[in-house]
Amino acid sequence: MTLGTYFDFVILPILTISVILVFIRLFRGPAIVDRVIALDLIITIGIGIITVYSIRQNQKVLLDVAIILALIAFLGTIAFSYYIEKQKDD
Amino acid sequence: MINIILAILSTAGALAILFASIGILRMPDFYLRLSVTVKASSLGVGLLLICAAIMFPDDASVTTKSIAIIFFLFITAPIAAHMIGRAAYFIGTPLWKGTIIDELDGMYNKKTHELKSDPHDAINKSTGRENDQIAETDEETR
Repeated sequence: MTLGTYFDFVILPILTISVILVFIRLFRGPAIVDRVIALDLIITIGIGIITVYSIRQNQKVLLDVAIILALIAFLGTIAFSYYIEKQKDD
Repeated sequence: MINIILAILSTAGALAILFASIGILRMPDFYLRLSVTVKASSLGVGLLLICAAIMFPDDASVTTKSIAIIFFLFITAPIAAHMIGRAAYFIGTPLWKGTIIDELDGMYNKKTHELKSDPHDAINKSTGRENDQIAETDEETR
């Protein structure tokens, strides 16, 4: 078993199952804050998937996408929490 | 030899991410979910990025980008988790029913959004089991 097939048949399926499990929480989540952290976790796992994919395809350029995704995830969570805190209760 | 190191690092990273996603699905309330998610996913993605940095040894830009992403994640994930946890406590997200003590109870001024640190300054402290933020049933937080 080479490292390439190990990435393809073990690491990527584990990450995919993780994304599916987090999606269940994104749909169920009783409060809006549960959905916000589920979205944040999906983007973080997406960075991991992009990293493994860039290793497999030998494309170093894809890591730039990971940088931008990390930035957007942080800004999104901060914006969500800012406006959730500002909202009126009624 | 380098393949074995890469396999170990990537397996540890993928398992950390898997545990984070199982945790966000199975933990009983929002605050426990937050506590599981942020730490485990930072560790997992960090290990996968170290794996990418080892994979391209002759290219300094990949190593630089990997370290930049790890550094950025490690400084921003706790800040984001703190902000969303604070907002969640503020809008009254219930705690798990098995919570023993809620030390933030009455410490937030709901009008000015100020946090007091001394327990003697607490305002509007809840008087009993009925009007605090700890949930009465499991269904409220699940």
